[in-house]
Amino acid sequence: MTSLSPKLTQKLAWGFAWVVGIITVLVLLFIIGYVLTKGLSVISPVFLFTEPEGGLSGKGGISSCIVATLWLIAITMAILNPLGIGAAIYLAEYAPDNRFTHLIRYSVELLAGVPSILFGLFGFAVFVLALHFNYSILAGALTLVCLLLPFLVRSAEEAMRAVPQSQREAALALGATKWQTVAHVIMPAALPGIVTGVILCIGGIVAESACLYVTMGGSARMPTSFLSEGRTLAVHVFYLAMETNALDKALATGAVLIILILIVNFITRWLSQRLQAKMRGGT
Amino acid sequence: MDPKIQTKELNFYYGKLQALKGVTLDIKEHQITALIGPSGCGKTTFLRLLNRMNDIIPKARLEGEVLLDGQNIYDPQVDVVEVRRRVGMVFQQPNPFPKSIYDNVAFGPRMLGLNCRVRLDEVVEKSLRAAALWDEVKDDLRKSGLTLSGGQQQRLCIARVLAVEPEVILMDEPCSALDPLSTLKIEELMQELKKNYTIVIVTHNMQQAARTSDWTGFFLVGELVEYNKTSEIFSRPKDKRTEDYITGRFG
Repeated sequence: MTSLSPKLTQKLAWGFAWVVGIITVLVLLFIIGYVLTKGLSVISPVFLFTEPEGGLSGKGGISSCIVATLWLIAITMAILNPLGIGAAIYLAEYAPDNRFTHLIRYSVELLAGVPSILFGLFGFAVFVLALHFNYSILAGALTLVCLLLPFLVRSAEEAMRAVPQSQREAALALGATKWQTVAHVIMPAALPGIVTGVILCIGGIVAESACLYVTMGGSARMPTSFLSEGRTLAVHVFYLAMETNALDKALATGAVLIILILIVNFITRWLSQRLQAKMRGGT
Repeated sequence: MDPKIQTKELNFYYGKLQALKGVTLDIKEHQITALIGPSGCGKTTFLRLLNRMNDIIPKARLEGEVLLDGQNIYDPQVDVVEVRRRVGMVFQQPNPFPKSIYDNVAFGPRMLGLNCRVRLDEVVEKSLRAAALWDEVKDDLRKSGLTLSGGQQQRLCIARVLAVEPEVILMDEPCSALDPLSTLKIEELMQELKKNYTIVIVTHNMQQAARTSDWTGFFLVGELVEYNKTSEIFSRPKDKRTEDYITGRFG
């Protein structure tokens, strides 16, 4: 085979990257566009603020699903973030490089590859049955914590390891303690990377359906506390599409889901920017 | 006068590799001591032992003593944070934090618990003046330290060290990433600083050692070959290897 000239391979590579990029963006736009155009027309205040009627009718709105989703995000985040970021700080800054920490890292990687429904089964057996949380938002949140923890630990640890060693040395040489170095130098620098991980986790929470069905139950009633049963938007989409004829409402629910993700991501970014500014200020 | 820092029979190992072999050296107060030698001779390793920066290297091992005003800084009851506050360090690559100029200089005092705004303002101004940077940055202290030029960044790092009021300043090839003009500024600054501080500088540049220092130590494969007044080392070296090195026969 005759080799191509560097100029030609450059052109081919560029063209290939361009075409692939365009295809990716188009597919994404098509999906979001389809859901939004079909779904937005169905969305109305009545749809947003009434509960689903339940059963096979497909009638009613999605208010209880929105509330259940927000509950789930809040509780999962409240448990997941301290655990995940704390473990990442330990692994990146404190853990010695030995067999035990290798084992931890290996387990984390292994867990990240386990299908989510297996976490659902685990959550059902442990949280729903053994710990008597029954079908509840709490049981669902704890299951999601198990599911998402490996990913968050991984991405937060990577973000902290990416902070140059010279920054650590600068802080330590100025008489900062190890913890001061982590809190005032490492964390502010790693925050954007950590927040990206957190946002992907929020995406995971709202996208998950099967493992929540077996831990939160499927009740469409308005949750009154984190011990209530609940049906998230994603589970509701699944339910509407499979059990009823209300495909338009499934798409509308999907549209609400997309908008909800955008809003939550926006708020998270905004909070992290404020937090970073505060950390950089040093006070 | 008693030496500010004394090292006694220092052996240092990275795993099985011995990086320093029985280094004994006295560093005089309010003098500039230069450490020279080819790459990998142990001079930077030695420097980093003087404020325990090598503590963070895994699998490293030290034998011997480092006395700061007669007290071994490796004694178990000695607080490493206190050692590093008394013995500051300027690194090879300028490494300001991605914070404002003000917050860079205020970092050390804040970590020591100083939060009074007026006092901090004073410390920041005093340190930036002492580092000969005040006039260039006084109007935009809120600007990020990363927007400064390399030479300014290195003086910012010096100001940051001065803000914690150390007694000794260690400099690890502080000019190797800088242009000649910035280098000159740092060297002038060192002459100013030695009135109040004891300075130890590692340098690859023999002219720099000859120009700036009062004492010079020559390192070769982990050994301190010769240590004497700088004028003696460069005019009448006693050891053949020192002579070969400073006349440029190897290195």
